[in-house]
Amino acid sequence: MTRLRPPVEHADRLPRPPRRIGLGSRLSRWDVKLSPYLYISPFFLLFFVTGLFPLVYTGWVAVHDWDLIMGQGEFVGTKNFVEVLTGRDFWTALTNTFSIFLLSSVPQVFAAIVIAAALDTNLRAKTFWRMGVLLPYVVAPVAVALIFSNLFADKFGLINSALGVLGIDPVGWHSQRLPSHLAIATMVNFRWTGYNALIFLAAMQAVPRDLYEQAAIDGAGRVRQFWSVTVPMLRPTIIFVVITSTIGGLQIFDEARMYDQFGRGGADGQWQTLTVYLYELGWTRSNFGRASAVAVLLFLIIVLVGLLNFWITRRIASSEVKR
Amino acid sequence: MQVGAVERPRRRSSGAGQGRPGKLVYGLLAAVLLGSMFPLWWSFLVASHDSTVLSRQTFPILPGGNFLQNAATVIDTVEFWRATRNSIVVSTVVSASVVFFATLAGYAFAKLRFRGSRPLLVFVIATMAVPTQLGVVPLYQVMAKLGWTGELVAVIVPGLVTAFGVFWMTQYLSQAVPDELIEAARVDGCSMLRTFWHVGLVAARPAAAMLGLFTFVATWTNFFWPFIILGPQDPTLPVALQQLQAAHWVDYSLVLAGALLATIPLLILFVVAGRQLVSGIMQGAVKQ
Repeated sequence: MTRLRPPVEHADRLPRPPRRIGLGSRLSRWDVKLSPYLYISPFFLLFFVTGLFPLVYTGWVAVHDWDLIMGQGEFVGTKNFVEVLTGRDFWTALTNTFSIFLLSSVPQVFAAIVIAAALDTNLRAKTFWRMGVLLPYVVAPVAVALIFSNLFADKFGLINSALGVLGIDPVGWHSQRLPSHLAIATMVNFRWTGYNALIFLAAMQAVPRDLYEQAAIDGAGRVRQFWSVTVPMLRPTIIFVVITSTIGGLQIFDEARMYDQFGRGGADGQWQTLTVYLYELGWTRSNFGRASAVAVLLFLIIVLVGLLNFWITRRIASSEVKR
Repeated sequence: MQVGAVERPRRRSSGAGQGRPGKLVYGLLAAVLLGSMFPLWWSFLVASHDSTVLSRQTFPILPGGNFLQNAATVIDTVEFWRATRNSIVVSTVVSASVVFFATLAGYAFAKLRFRGSRPLLVFVIATMAVPTQLGVVPLYQVMAKLGWTGELVAVIVPGLVTAFGVFWMTQYLSQAVPDELIEAARVDGCSMLRTFWHVGLVAARPAAAMLGLFTFVATWTNFFWPFIILGPQDPTLPVALQQLQAAHWVDYSLVLAGALLATIPLLILFVVAGRQLVSGIMQGAVKQ
């Protein structure tokens, strides 16, 4: 079926002249053999040079001294790691990162599922609503950060003014730790909730209709149907969204960097994340060795958390499946 | 991870019941919509006044007349046109290249038989879960060695291919191109490359458009790497915004005018292609 018949057989039916057998067919054999590798090679070449090699080489940089921007110093073994791990900044940044990550991804997944459920009804002007929730996705995180850092300004910020109307004292969104994390998490949620809602919506639309009919016959109301049919059927999607938002969330940089004009993550590192810390080590203090050590640690953390929430999401989601 | 299983949703109607939804659903969606638009509207309000407006007792609900003036100041302060041109160049080149190379590789994985294709594809998929951003230090050193620090090419080259793109096109092409069509082209004496060109590339168009759109948005909004590698003379828009903030951090009217200016091109793209973006996300998400 897939074997190519020699062109000669067709020569009488085709307008083109019969091809020479010999050099031509030998060339064409090479063509068939080599072409696939040729087609995939740009990806692999570029990926090795700009993706994989730097990633692996980070490990090498991390065990050396790199005082000057370009020069490799001596092999120092675990010194960079020890320095990073015994310093206060790393742990502050780690806590901040996790705090912001949890504040953003947990409410985001819930909100996205609820929005998706609303979009999954028989709406008028479906496309309008879908586009509406996606709008924030085209606003660059840097612009989002500028806008929200104004909304959350300690003085004259809209949020604090609104709180004042309600009789609540102004919150130090830029001075206190948890409030700053909330503000940054809000930026992340602003940009990604609608995007994830559409991913959930697609998954919801793939749920077989008869499951709902059966549930309805069994006497399940809409809310019950949602929890007992929709959510369990979304399991793979939930895992996917949680993992992608973990990979993104643990690397959060733009929002934290742009939250104030100094870009260091707060006067006392209140919202300094691991990547902001990595940047500061590498490019402000020109300590590439330590910056790489942070990168290696962050990589390990991402892998660990990825595995962990894969496991947790599986368990949670599967315990809800009704059989 | 199962992104990109390109498959149309089987039906379009409601999840729970076929009737029109009630006010609650519309109310919720309207609230979400307002939440999506409000920050942009707010920044337009601030950007269209001068910055003293923020400290006034009552904030005006209507835009003022200062937007163009603020925009002009922004354009003078940072290399705005240069940054816009750079963002357009980088995003266009990167999306075109991602689409072309992803289609090429996707076609090979989906339709051609060759030794090692399975493990190589598994490798591509595995790399999607690896945050390559964490190799910034060596990548910076590589770029410095090449003398590309501060040059646009240093932003372009690492973006030229993506694992996601290859996977996306592989998924799409394995369904979109019938094997018979390729055979027919081969039987007619087309070389492999011509077959790809006339059969693969043509069939790939819808998915390629989608991939191009997403790559464009992602490249346009990207900040971390351009910020590290580009100097102040030759920034992309997000990098220029960062400079604007550093220069004018108290003048929020200017800073937000800049944020809006940088967003306008993508808002236009969104108005033109928002529908495709929506269906792209939804196609990419459907699970097998």
